[in-house]
Amino acid sequence: MKYVDEFRDPHKARVLIRRIESLIPEIPLTRQRPLQLMEFCGGHTHTIFRYGIEQMLPDAIELVHGPGCPVCVLPMGRVDDCVALAERPDVIFTTFGDAMRVPGSQKSLLQAKAEGADVRMVYSPMDALALARKHPDRQVIFFALGFETTMPSTALTVLQAEREGIDNFSLFCNHITTVPTIKAILDSPDMQIDGFLAPGHVSMVVGEKPFHFVAEHYGKPIVITGFEPLDILHSLWMLLRQLADGRRAVENQYARVVRPDGNRAGLAAVSRVFELREFFEWRGLGSIDHSGVRMRDEYARFDAERRFAVPNIRIADPKACQCGEVLKGVIKPWECKVFGTACTPETPMGALMVSSEGACAAYYNFGRIDLDALVARREAAGEG
Amino acid sequence: MKAERLRARRRLTADTITLAHGAGGKAMHDLIDDLFAGEFDSAELAGREDQARLEIDALRQTGARLAFTTDSYVVDPLFFPGGDIGALAVNGTVNDLAVGGAQPLYLSCGMILEEGLPLATLRQVVMSMKKAADRAGVAIVTGDTKVVPRGSADKLFINTAGVGVIPPGREPGAGRARPGDVILINGPIGDHGAAIVDARGELALENSIESDCQALNGLVEALFAACPDVRCLRDATRGGLATVLNEFAAASSTAMRIDEQALPVREQVRGVCELLGLDPLYLANEGKLVAVVPPESADRALAALRSHPAGRDAAIIGEVRDAPAGTVVLATAFGGDRLVDMLVGEQLPRIC
Repeated sequence: MKYVDEFRDPHKARVLIRRIESLIPEIPLTRQRPLQLMEFCGGHTHTIFRYGIEQMLPDAIELVHGPGCPVCVLPMGRVDDCVALAERPDVIFTTFGDAMRVPGSQKSLLQAKAEGADVRMVYSPMDALALARKHPDRQVIFFALGFETTMPSTALTVLQAEREGIDNFSLFCNHITTVPTIKAILDSPDMQIDGFLAPGHVSMVVGEKPFHFVAEHYGKPIVITGFEPLDILHSLWMLLRQLADGRRAVENQYARVVRPDGNRAGLAAVSRVFELREFFEWRGLGSIDHSGVRMRDEYARFDAERRFAVPNIRIADPKACQCGEVLKGVIKPWECKVFGTACTPETPMGALMVSSEGACAAYYNFGRIDLDALVARREAAGEG
Repeated sequence: MKAERLRARRRLTADTITLAHGAGGKAMHDLIDDLFAGEFDSAELAGREDQARLEIDALRQTGARLAFTTDSYVVDPLFFPGGDIGALAVNGTVNDLAVGGAQPLYLSCGMILEEGLPLATLRQVVMSMKKAADRAGVAIVTGDTKVVPRGSADKLFINTAGVGVIPPGREPGAGRARPGDVILINGPIGDHGAAIVDARGELALENSIESDCQALNGLVEALFAACPDVRCLRDATRGGLATVLNEFAAASSTAMRIDEQALPVREQVRGVCELLGLDPLYLANEGKLVAVVPPESADRALAALRSHPAGRDAAIIGEVRDAPAGTVVLATAFGGDRLVDMLVGEQLPRIC
């Protein structure tokens, strides 16, 4: 397929792997421990597992799969709020497909649907708006979810609803922000990540500038990365190049999509409709300052949280879950106490088992080939 | 040890039926294993094949057996490029018989109609069933009709049961794969699933993917003629190729290793999958069979498949290995390996 296969060429992959391998001896740190490189974004995690990239890399590189899966990090209480909204008889609740399976404290949206709630899968917020036009007697709520990538389309949909005077459409806003979250990871005391792959599609919206602090204040290299397997390998090579040269900078591997200033029209729509929340609760990471957005007062009539009573009860993560430690790279997914036993993709306990973009689910689905070897190695090392 | 615990058998845990229980993946297998097969508890069900294989006195002298199967059809929309619910109801049941090595003979037709269904729609479906039955060489010989109030069913549901005769010597079974065996498929995967996504029109894609809906009994005859020692044979419907291979791997305690570069997938189907974050390995087919044959028969089997119109694009897609037992591994075109597990529920499009 044109414009796709070029980025999945196995010969180019082998060349990049060789270049990556040849850089390892130039990085002194690798003599003490493997480098920990974090891909923040769930889309990258998916690519890494889908193409088997982890097994192609030398042992001196450990990939840490970050929290950038908006479905995974949604706390249970918010899912309960979704279910409560969806179960109102006057409501058509619309959502992206993979949010349907996320467990709340009682049930998921999929279960609510099976019990009679009108939950519909859409591919875009504009589909939800079209439903509102079609069913003027019903309240259509769109479950707005995602990082900066999906914010502009949500914001533009609200502006469109305003222009058309549609009053039976609203958002349940759970948009989250990237930068405060990366900062929270960098500030955590047990963190030892040596470099970051920055999310390509978030960067397409926000541009390069918001990531400068990673290099400037924390002294970590960061490369904005595309989503094809060669993009990932190329970016890993760029990270190693920086580490070998002793440089710390923001570099843009995904230049075919990401402009330095991002998408100005998109950002303008976002800041017109949304404002930062003081804090937002994440599954696995707890509360992070300024890590979510809510709707501005001018758009309160499109805000489902203000239009309808939601329970808004905070539900603590299950105690056995070690999602936070996995997210920060302190332990590997399969080292978690409940991985694959109490916590599986069918009955996920923790955030990272929920969506195929979550590190644990990705490991469970695609990565278990090497599990016996991993467990054996670990037991041989006396850690098991 | 942890790795062993991971592979322990799963159980039916749900309180209510969700769509996942019909999607062909783990949830559906749990439902069948724990509830249906658990309660009905017959020797014929134990093999978990697509058809029961019955020894009947009248046939026994010849060494032949009776094959018996049933399937219900609830597809939405009723008509889609490349087929309709009527053609599906005939071909699907014919195929469930054929992959047991049977020569399909007779079908039943149970109709559940929603009040208000236009008669012209029903007529069109029935004519399509007749055409498909003629093409597959089977007769529809008994039936039943129920009409339910508006809203109690979605337009039209069809159940067909089928019987056929398995000639002596044919014994394909999911548990018979051996290391070294070769895995074949009769053409590109995912056409039906992609055609349905397309035909629902939610995406307004400018596309023309046709369902692969077709009867496979002629192709199966050609395969057995060339290669009587077919080890495993199934049609890859809901849950796609990935599910069938997982069933083979689990039943025979072997590993199925397939090569992404050898997998036939149409460009348009790949396109839909790229757009939606779907995986063609899990997309439904309605005219694809997966065969496992001994290595020495592989070339003969491939030639036989390719010589038949329903297998022109047949390909060898992988081989059976001994370890890791019970798994399906895809060698990616990119050069890595990845585990292809059973689908947990429905395949849901990813958010970004």
